[in-house]
Amino acid sequence: MSIELIIGILNIVLISTTPLVFAGIGELVTEKSGVLNLGLEGLMLVGAVTGFITLVLTGNYFYSLFLSIISGIILSGIFAFLVLNLMTNQIATGLALTIFGIGLSAMLGKKFAGTPIDGLNPYYFIVISFLLVFLVGYFLSKTKSGLIVRAVGENHNSAYALGYNVIKTRYLTIIFGGVMSSLAGYYISICYAPMWQEGMTAGRGWIALALVVFATWKPWRLLVGAYIFGGVAIMQMNLQAFGVELPGQFFNMMPYIATLIVLVFISSNKVRLKLSAPSCLNIPYEKNS
Amino acid sequence: MKKQSLVLVVIAAIVVIAGIFFITNQNIQKDVSDDQKKIGFIYIGPPGDHGWTYMHDVGRQYLEQELGDSVSTTYIENVPENADAVRSIRKLAESGHDLIFTTSFNYMDQTLEVASEFPDVKFEHATGFKRADNVSTYSARFYEGRTVIGHIAGKMTETNTIGYIVSFPIPEVIRGINAFYLAASKVNPDVKIKIIWVYSWYDPGKEADAANTLINQGADIIVQHTDSYAPCQAAEKAGVLAFGQASNQEAFCPNAHMTAIEDIWGPYYAAKAQAVVDGTWSSEDTWQGFKDGMVEMSPYNEKLLSSDLIAEAKAIEEGIENGTIHSFEGPIYNQAGELVVKEGEVADDGMLASMMFYVQGIDGEVPQ
Repeated sequence: MSIELIIGILNIVLISTTPLVFAGIGELVTEKSGVLNLGLEGLMLVGAVTGFITLVLTGNYFYSLFLSIISGIILSGIFAFLVLNLMTNQIATGLALTIFGIGLSAMLGKKFAGTPIDGLNPYYFIVISFLLVFLVGYFLSKTKSGLIVRAVGENHNSAYALGYNVIKTRYLTIIFGGVMSSLAGYYISICYAPMWQEGMTAGRGWIALALVVFATWKPWRLLVGAYIFGGVAIMQMNLQAFGVELPGQFFNMMPYIATLIVLVFISSNKVRLKLSAPSCLNIPYEKNS
Repeated sequence: MKKQSLVLVVIAAIVVIAGIFFITNQNIQKDVSDDQKKIGFIYIGPPGDHGWTYMHDVGRQYLEQELGDSVSTTYIENVPENADAVRSIRKLAESGHDLIFTTSFNYMDQTLEVASEFPDVKFEHATGFKRADNVSTYSARFYEGRTVIGHIAGKMTETNTIGYIVSFPIPEVIRGINAFYLAASKVNPDVKIKIIWVYSWYDPGKEADAANTLINQGADIIVQHTDSYAPCQAAEKAGVLAFGQASNQEAFCPNAHMTAIEDIWGPYYAAKAQAVVDGTWSSEDTWQGFKDGMVEMSPYNEKLLSSDLIAEAKAIEEGIENGTIHSFEGPIYNQAGELVVKEGEVADDGMLASMMFYVQGIDGEVPQ
């Protein structure tokens, strides 16, 4: 293997893994505060289509990025209102958000499917994704606000008793997760494969969700996990092209198998604590309880 | 209590909105008069996919234009290939449609199921092989186009390495790889093809990754049997060449797109609809290529191809049309070196329809 070939492979791995890092790091913060948002796929698609449409209409990358982020804020804001204020079931609401996002993005993007655009250089986003992981890691372990987020996720009643605003904290983490998902979607439709087609995220939201569990809610492990998932996918393509026979379907399901194994491990309480799963994940919070 | 009723109101609102979306999304267009024959279409994707479904919709519009007021057409898009398809097909049959086209392979059993309930309605199933008295099947010989692009690729490659992105190991796809390789190796015996299976018809990200991987490994031409134009875009970005898929994709990659294999369904749809209007429709199996115009090549890109090469490509099209050239001319050996098509013979349709082996010269194995 020549040096150029290896650099080329690393390059492809970097480009293809970045959306997983964005969506995963956002969901990690959301889950750290005790909320499970299964709507990543829908948020990504709406972020992707909003960015794409704005770029086609205005030709301005900044506006398209801005509106894509706004779409994430609005949709995740609705999700937050439903699960925090109306205390709907987080899993059902998240699934509804995904289904809604798939339909909404298809409807909005119908007239724009197949419009050629000039893609944006992915390297800006790759650098930002690394910075983000570092910043989130620092935020969650070294800053007071980060510790509040974790406290809210571990035990919302105690956090409330200590005078922290549980609902507000969760609103902010959900919206952060939404913005990260829409950035992941924006990256996919503007940098990764510059185009809009219905359902073009093709399940990456679900892989990002699996990734958070696989990383056991630790930012740096999330980065490593994302690159393992992404690297394995690209390596098996390379091996195929070198003529090595591999069961491709098996590699496609590997992220999910890896996550299942982690889930089995953390089903015991002791390991769960050790692996830093937020205790209040998916438990609704009622102020006066 | 107040909170609960608010939740109920929100849920009810969501259900109503979702219902409205769902109904409008199904795109049912109502008919106008009773004399008209109603023709229905079931699509697997959206007509805006610029690939498979797009070309079926172009065919539907052609049918409307040709037959004018004697027919009206309806389509339902994004119909999944599961039990849901039965509901959609039945909906068309119940609402008085006379002829229904189901345009994807995995609608096969669902089409037959509904057809048995509505013996007076005619059905046409694309790319399938199960027929009934009121169910025809039809498909196109896409592999003839692969012979043309194989010839072009064999002549155009400088690295002698061609990257080939494929979806699923089914006969149609394997047949395409073989037809392509036979034509390419005929004009360039040193040519090698690198194959990547992505196990998806449609995942722009993964298709782009596969294209970049192949380019990184030295491929200077990208061929695809998947549905998005991401591979062609990746080729454009990397400065290598590519072919479009199912429809003319030159707009997305003007400096890479040499030509594309186009699926032309319009004349067939118009003929079958006319047969229903005339009362002459009968169940049959149709498999047409260049000769009947069901497969066509997009305009050859004159910026990239020499006029000599374009002339050669057109000569191959013509040869296949008038029968002097066949995509699978003997002698053809399989990878084990066994003679599968004898010298002077061509592969018959039975062999083509069930082709699950690579011809000699292709590296790797067909995935099981």
